[in-house]
Amino acid sequence: MLQLTINGEARQFDDVVTVADLIRVLALTGKRVAVERNGAIVPRSRHGETPLRDCDTLEIVVAVGGG
Amino acid sequence: MLQNDQLVIAGKSYGSRLLVGTGKYRDFQQTADALAVSGCEIVTVAIRRVNLGQHAGEPNLLDFLPKNRYTLLPNTAGCYSADDAVRTLRLARELLDDHRLVKLEVLGDATSLYPNVRETLKAAETLVSEGFDVMVYTSDDPIVARELEAIGCCAIMPLASLIGSGMGIVNPWNLRLIIESASVPVLVDAGVGTASDAAIAMELGCDGVLMNTAIAAASDPVLMAHAMKLAVEAGRAAYKAERMPKRFYSATPSSPSLGVISTRKA
Repeated sequence: MLQLTINGEARQFDDVVTVADLIRVLALTGKRVAVERNGAIVPRSRHGETPLRDCDTLEIVVAVGGG
Repeated sequence: MLQNDQLVIAGKSYGSRLLVGTGKYRDFQQTADALAVSGCEIVTVAIRRVNLGQHAGEPNLLDFLPKNRYTLLPNTAGCYSADDAVRTLRLARELLDDHRLVKLEVLGDATSLYPNVRETLKAAETLVSEGFDVMVYTSDDPIVARELEAIGCCAIMPLASLIGSGMGIVNPWNLRLIIESASVPVLVDAGVGTASDAAIAMELGCDGVLMNTAIAAASDPVLMAHAMKLAVEAGRAAYKAERMPKRFYSATPSSPSLGVISTRKA
């Protein structure tokens, strides 16, 4: 069981090892999103090789309408 | 009429001097229609947390903006500290595939949305050092504008009046001071309410105008987008044409004084 804070929300996951796993579980695969883990950007090319640890804090963002 | 009158920002040339935001439209289709009619080439987008409960098929703004037609300008709207603004734009760079052109705005007050200049300067220094091309929203203080340029910002974007207020150009004299001393493009960002405001900004010598609410909050946003395109073009042409001097006390007729059918003695 992995305890994560995602976009300010406490969430628990089974079967999530890497950032890519998390993206898949959240049904965001193929979407244009960007991920920050504990304050540092995780480039898309490294989602598959970046492990998540208990208590990690993540931000996952998209582009929305704005001025 | 104006030949080769390109707006150059961070080394890239643009034919349109109107920059448009993508917020507050009825839907993505109306956003796309208004942008197309405005003729703009640079469009702002905001960066926000993804909705974790989102349905897989939910449409995304980027799907409605034709690729290669627009240069995206991610902003830091809603950020109240330099740290939040820098983090937001690092995420934007990752999101948009190493995209460097950004709009920095750091707010200081939730009611007026007035910029926090101290935090803006701090964020600008960090972003420029990290290789971002920073178009910066700021107050209309000419000294602050000069400092932002010295830091290396690629465009200075003073407010004309408060964000979303539609109050127009409230301090043309300060805008003139900024325009006259800047050697990077100066764009009015925020406050434009209708087409004449945009024309006035351009007549003052602004290099461009960035707006969102003036178009999106009109009853007919697509028609207003058209009006804004014409206003920015008209204002730019008038600026380049160099207007006649104002002569309040010596009216001069446009038609010949001689040969008038009149018994009045000259």
